[in-house]
Amino acid sequence: MKIGVIDYGMGNLFSVEQALKRLGCEVIITADEKALDTADALLLPGVGAFPDARKRLAETNLDQYLQKAQRENRPLLGICLGMQLLFEQSDEVTPTKGLGFFKGCIKRFSGSQEGQAYRVPHMGWNELIVTNRPAWLHNEVSAKHVYFVHSFYATDIVESELVAYADYFGIQVPGIVTNGSVTGMQFHPEKSGELGVYLLEQWLKGVKAC
Amino acid sequence: MLTKRIIPCLDVKEGRVVKGIQFVSIRDAGDPVELAKFYDEQGADELVFLDISASHEGRETMIDVVRQTAATLAIPFTVGGGIRTLDDMKRILRAGADKVSVNTSALERPALIQEGSDYFGAQCIVVAIDARYSEEDGTWMVYTHGGRNKTPWSAIEWAKEAVRLGAGEILLTSMNQDGEKSGFDLALTKAVREAVTVPVIASGGAGHAEHFYEVLAQEVDADAALAASIFHYKETSVAQVKEYLREKGVAVR
Repeated sequence: MKIGVIDYGMGNLFSVEQALKRLGCEVIITADEKALDTADALLLPGVGAFPDARKRLAETNLDQYLQKAQRENRPLLGICLGMQLLFEQSDEVTPTKGLGFFKGCIKRFSGSQEGQAYRVPHMGWNELIVTNRPAWLHNEVSAKHVYFVHSFYATDIVESELVAYADYFGIQVPGIVTNGSVTGMQFHPEKSGELGVYLLEQWLKGVKAC
Repeated sequence: MLTKRIIPCLDVKEGRVVKGIQFVSIRDAGDPVELAKFYDEQGADELVFLDISASHEGRETMIDVVRQTAATLAIPFTVGGGIRTLDDMKRILRAGADKVSVNTSALERPALIQEGSDYFGAQCIVVAIDARYSEEDGTWMVYTHGGRNKTPWSAIEWAKEAVRLGAGEILLTSMNQDGEKSGFDLALTKAVREAVTVPVIASGGAGHAEHFYEVLAQEVDADAALAASIFHYKETSVAQVKEYLREKGVAVR
């Protein structure tokens, strides 16, 4: 299976490339639309700030390409900032429109919940709690934790699009969302040990079944 | 619920792990990648590589170590030691490390923290602080060059300044406790933890599993604890520490 990792100059692509290769995928990292056309599925990575990422997607016309991919029901996985970009809007730095594949807005953790202060970023291993199971996700493995590192999270989402969340000081932090052929993971599956590998593997199986 | 992290630290010199390691299950105990794999299997939540190479060649070798580790491991890792410029950070992070840690170089030129944070995001930038209690100052002061030089900064003020400049995490080592195996410096950790909003990793002084409990439990509430020799010399294992913490009701992975 060939995975097209969208290279728009944001983030470290080495780890995700290695994780996919370990799962037997061929990986191309490119911004070239013709090359991306040959991939069985697309992966939108991302580390950094939302407005920068959105700007680069627009400058490279990759935003148009992703809109087209979504209309054509091509499998697409967004990771971390790559997931946040799939939402309608983000408040990071300045309100910026996203790709709009998911309803909801990306907001910063306030750092206090019911008078109790908590750490921002949400950094480390948190338990993933499954709410809706999409066709591609079978039973979980015994590992329950995945690795998160982020200061912004998706709010006002559509409940039926939520697959799994993590609890952070009473806040329901969307961990996996899915809508049609599009999936987002807020944590880093490539850095999440056994469960991360399993989730990537299941997503790839879902791609194969398309 | 977010879990507390246990982080083994590996000192690497010219591409080889230093401090004797006695693991029968490891073919080459001096190979950082082999050892990283071992700790991953033990349930380590993250790893820290501290590059103590003195030579340029040694630093080049470290890039290979980082690349191989990233290709092998599915947990995050941090690389520290000798990172002085944004270019140094780029090289390490592009080779596949998740975070870089800066210490002396950030004290010499605090703007380095901001440059790294602006470019990669705060989550990639760890500021390592070596602190020692000073009777004269009545607080913990920051030292550089492996503890040889005292700076005018108190640990609390420097931690706050580092976070203001964009540090995403503080790696706090007690020089009083380091190597003593009598427990982490609880008062220092608590003071710094309360002063900043980012996660704090406690380091220095781990002797057995109870010490991890003391520093991670509610009273001090460090976000993670780091140790080197007790894991290397098999005095305890990451798995044993986590089992103990679990029994005591601390959330671990």
